[in-house]
Amino acid sequence: MIDAILASPFFGLVLTCAAWYVGLWVQKKTGLVLCNPLVISAALIILLLLVMDIPYESYALGGDFLIMMQTPVTVMLALNVYRQRKLLGEYFLPVVAGCLAGSLASVASVLLLCRLMGLDGTISASLLPKSVTTAIAIAVSESLGGIPGLTVTAVLIAGVLGAMFAPAFAKLFHITDPVAEGTAIGACSHGLGTAKAIEIGKLQAAMSSIAICLCGIITSMLALFL
Amino acid sequence: MNIMGELAVLFGVCLIAEGVSALLPVPFPASVIGMLLLLALLMVRVVRERHIDRVCGFLSDNMSFFFVAPCVGLLKHLDVLLQCLVPFCIIALVTTPVVYFVTAWTVQLTRALQRRKGARHD
Repeated sequence: MIDAILASPFFGLVLTCAAWYVGLWVQKKTGLVLCNPLVISAALIILLLLVMDIPYESYALGGDFLIMMQTPVTVMLALNVYRQRKLLGEYFLPVVAGCLAGSLASVASVLLLCRLMGLDGTISASLLPKSVTTAIAIAVSESLGGIPGLTVTAVLIAGVLGAMFAPAFAKLFHITDPVAEGTAIGACSHGLGTAKAIEIGKLQAAMSSIAICLCGIITSMLALFL
Repeated sequence: MNIMGELAVLFGVCLIAEGVSALLPVPFPASVIGMLLLLALLMVRVVRERHIDRVCGFLSDNMSFFFVAPCVGLLKHLDVLLQCLVPFCIIALVTTPVVYFVTAWTVQLTRALQRRKGARHD
């Protein structure tokens, strides 16, 4: 029976949904940004597979279905931009300039540090899209020959950092303009940062969700030249 | 539109995007092509908000859930991560405030320039 269970795509699906549920519950109980449901559920699944000595391939039967959903999850971001089109029109030039500069800074700083620390091409390809939203980051990482799992980890670190310190960054760097603050949060910390931006203000949240899409598009274009 | 209809629209955009991506001579992510395509379809009103809003709402509310599986994929590459864990974390940590700084100041300066230009025109 165990073999039949491990050979079923439902194994990966049930495991993922259940782990996600536990992750949400832990975050609700602790209220900590670090107890992100994604971190907790992925860690739980990895631990379980390692401890029970279950091959990754058994999980992937169901997991691959969820990986396939990356595309629609990215595509639907278009609706967010469409809903914010008035704001985007109003602040078009500064926001596009900001996202372009931010994406360039992200790619350049990652490449520079990777070279300085002597990391190989696979690792730098995985780190390169770390400031953009997960679904796009995975796609960019794959097209550059990176490892999606590493990319998700880096994206999470950037996101959690932004969610925790976005207000501190604004003070430290003397950012007073809400449009600048929102765009910067989206550019450096994608969706996790945007969740924080929602707490800071409406304009910040809207700019942040616009920045997520713009930086995703710009970074995937920049990746073509690497 | 009913849920299946909404799914057909969303998956249809994904399907076309994958086709377009295969035609391109460079490796450009199909998901980004799909996003641009959907935005264009919304702008020209071929697709309306009501054609996709429930499915997109569901995906948007549960977005992070879909990243669990790619994250578990790390299992295959744990050795690679452990080998370079320290520089990996340092790079991810250090570059984030850099991106914030550059983006925020670019927006702030561009807006200040625009305001000055506007003031001169008055």
